[in-house]
Amino acid sequence: MGYQWPYANEVGETEQASCDVLVLGGGLAGCYAAIAAARKGKSVILVEKGATVRSGSAGSGFDHWESACTNPCSKVTAKEIAEAYIDEQDHYSNGIAHYIECREGYDRLLDMESFGGKIRDTEDEFKGAEFRDDETKLMFAYDYENKFTLRVWGSTFKPALYKELLRLGVMVYDRTEATMLLTEVKDGKKRGIGACGMNVHTGKFYTFLAKSTILTMSRPARVWLFNPDLMGLCEFRPPQSIGSGHAMGYRAGVEFTMMEKSVKGEFSAAGRSYPPYGAGNNHNTWYAATMVDARGVEIPYVDRDGRELKIVSERYYPVKGQKFFLKGGVIDNPKYEYRGPETLEFEELMKRGYQLPFYADLSKMPEMERKVIWGMMVGEEGKTKIPILDNYTKRGFDPQKHILQSYGTGWQSASFLSQERQLFGAPGGILNDWDLKTNIDGIYAAGDQLYASDCCGFAAATGYYAGRKAADHAGEVAYGTPSKEEIEKEMERLYAPLYVENGMDWRELNMAMSKAMQTYCGGIKCKDLLLEGLDLMESYEREFVPKLSAQNPHELMRIHEVLDILEVSKMILNACLLRESSSAQLCFERSDFPEMDPEKDRCFITIYQEDGQVKSRRVPLNYYGDDVEVEYEKRNQDYIGGERS
Amino acid sequence: MKKVEFQASVVTCSARPIIYNEEICIGCNRCAQVCQVDILVPSMKKGKPPIVMYPGECYYCGSCVMECPREGAITLQHPVMNQAKFIPVKK
Repeated sequence: MGYQWPYANEVGETEQASCDVLVLGGGLAGCYAAIAAARKGKSVILVEKGATVRSGSAGSGFDHWESACTNPCSKVTAKEIAEAYIDEQDHYSNGIAHYIECREGYDRLLDMESFGGKIRDTEDEFKGAEFRDDETKLMFAYDYENKFTLRVWGSTFKPALYKELLRLGVMVYDRTEATMLLTEVKDGKKRGIGACGMNVHTGKFYTFLAKSTILTMSRPARVWLFNPDLMGLCEFRPPQSIGSGHAMGYRAGVEFTMMEKSVKGEFSAAGRSYPPYGAGNNHNTWYAATMVDARGVEIPYVDRDGRELKIVSERYYPVKGQKFFLKGGVIDNPKYEYRGPETLEFEELMKRGYQLPFYADLSKMPEMERKVIWGMMVGEEGKTKIPILDNYTKRGFDPQKHILQSYGTGWQSASFLSQERQLFGAPGGILNDWDLKTNIDGIYAAGDQLYASDCCGFAAATGYYAGRKAADHAGEVAYGTPSKEEIEKEMERLYAPLYVENGMDWRELNMAMSKAMQTYCGGIKCKDLLLEGLDLMESYEREFVPKLSAQNPHELMRIHEVLDILEVSKMILNACLLRESSSAQLCFERSDFPEMDPEKDRCFITIYQEDGQVKSRRVPLNYYGDDVEVEYEKRNQDYIGGERS
Repeated sequence: MKKVEFQASVVTCSARPIIYNEEICIGCNRCAQVCQVDILVPSMKKGKPPIVMYPGECYYCGSCVMECPREGAITLQHPVMNQAKFIPVKK
């Protein structure tokens, strides 16, 4: 049945706007970037493809904020935790961004509270609980001794941020996709001067001129995992977060690193797995739930030495002689030094006669622990309040009376094949300096747009930091002059599918690309295979891209996304060709170069385009300095001096 | 630039993520306004619920339900295959 399109038809109509600081992407990182720049008195435009009030990975919520090392209850320093992350990831880690997260994350939480977000148990719902500090009413997750990860009420955050953006006079362009970075070459050097975009309701074309531009557009997705039927479920992050920032950055000459890293799938609720946090498990949101096997026998938690823990409380403390342990988004199987309490490994459980299926059994936990997992954490984590907490409750689930089944053997609730891959667990992204600037002057990046990003605290802290550096830069430069031809070419590119009749649906091409990536860029890679993959992608570009057809701006937007996924796929294939060895930390296996992590390749291998050619550099793993605290303090005396408020 | 007339029709999928109760819904379109994936399109008929134009693109985040001023007007549910099993506690 056909419907009348309810929005205006503005195809071919153009608008130009200018600002000091342009933020592309309205998730957590983008909102904080805009707020930082606006606080510095700059005019700010924020461009968001969805609706800023709920957009981004944390749009509908999130339950814990990692590495808030400067909160008043913390017993660790920012330097300790940042260095632990760097070491844990064998230095394939964004040391700069992690330190910023550890150092400034708590400041962003205080900001959030001032905007109206809830960061502490003001209603005394959990008074007296072991994880709560009764004086500050802050609540902690994971390590109750060191208290550096906070439990927060993330479903209140995006609406609060949105309100603050409007209060500060940030011009928010919702339902507008950013599609191309504008650059110019001045005195032989490239610099960013703004971006182009299109309204996804009306088709109106925008040119944004800016002195500084910040990319905060998440990370690539739907590269290997695609499901044309339930597209919205095929990845962990929201469907519109597919790496457009990566694609437009790559086209403009921005330098990336770690793009050869991909991991075996962890989440795809359109396929093998269940909705995140919606099945019985004991990780992340559900840490440290009691697990039982099919007979109802409790599965033991052990410390890092394999000693069985006797009571629930012990699951939240480091072992004797250990200062702290790491858990959270990117911590999978940590080194001994940072390893915390964990249930016995699956293989060991099988040996000992435990029987499938396993279940999460909250009834066996102390009341406060049960209530905080089912009710707060499951409830505040993104995508759990309505689809999990509310729905399961309506279906009759009572955590005191029922146990929730676990699927697969790990917290992902499924076992994927090695070719079903995702950019997950601190994947590749833009290579940044200490200003969170890219290799192009005037272009900054934050959040998942950066290489080796992890959680919400990371997004908020790097967003704010990039916002203030970009604001400082904007004070020093003038507007650029974009090329008219370039803009016209972009308009033509964006609108082309509207004029194709009897053409191809975007899903067909996305499906073909993800199948190709599974075939040519799967678990085991080699030169010939990768080159065949590139050849195929290029043939898709020639043969099928011109056949893509759209009937309205929404479909046009999906096509633009597929073109961006194609761009990113080519970047990934090329990045895989550039690393001629295998690497455990990068989950990277080359059959033609099987040697694991040889010393000669212990570096960041970058990728960027120059004059249409793929270029690369080798950057030392410690390029940001050996002491993150010293390097940070060298460059942030203004902030340390109290500019933060 | 040549104008082309926009067209839209519901792109069906195997699931029904969002179901409106027309008795309760007042057609305020706040759900459509907050949907970051933009799967809901306001109805041209005043007071009527939005059209779930792109159900397969639903991200199942629940923002539409959280925003709704009329309880019970929107039901959001995962496809049956995603409804995890629970059983009584084993003694």
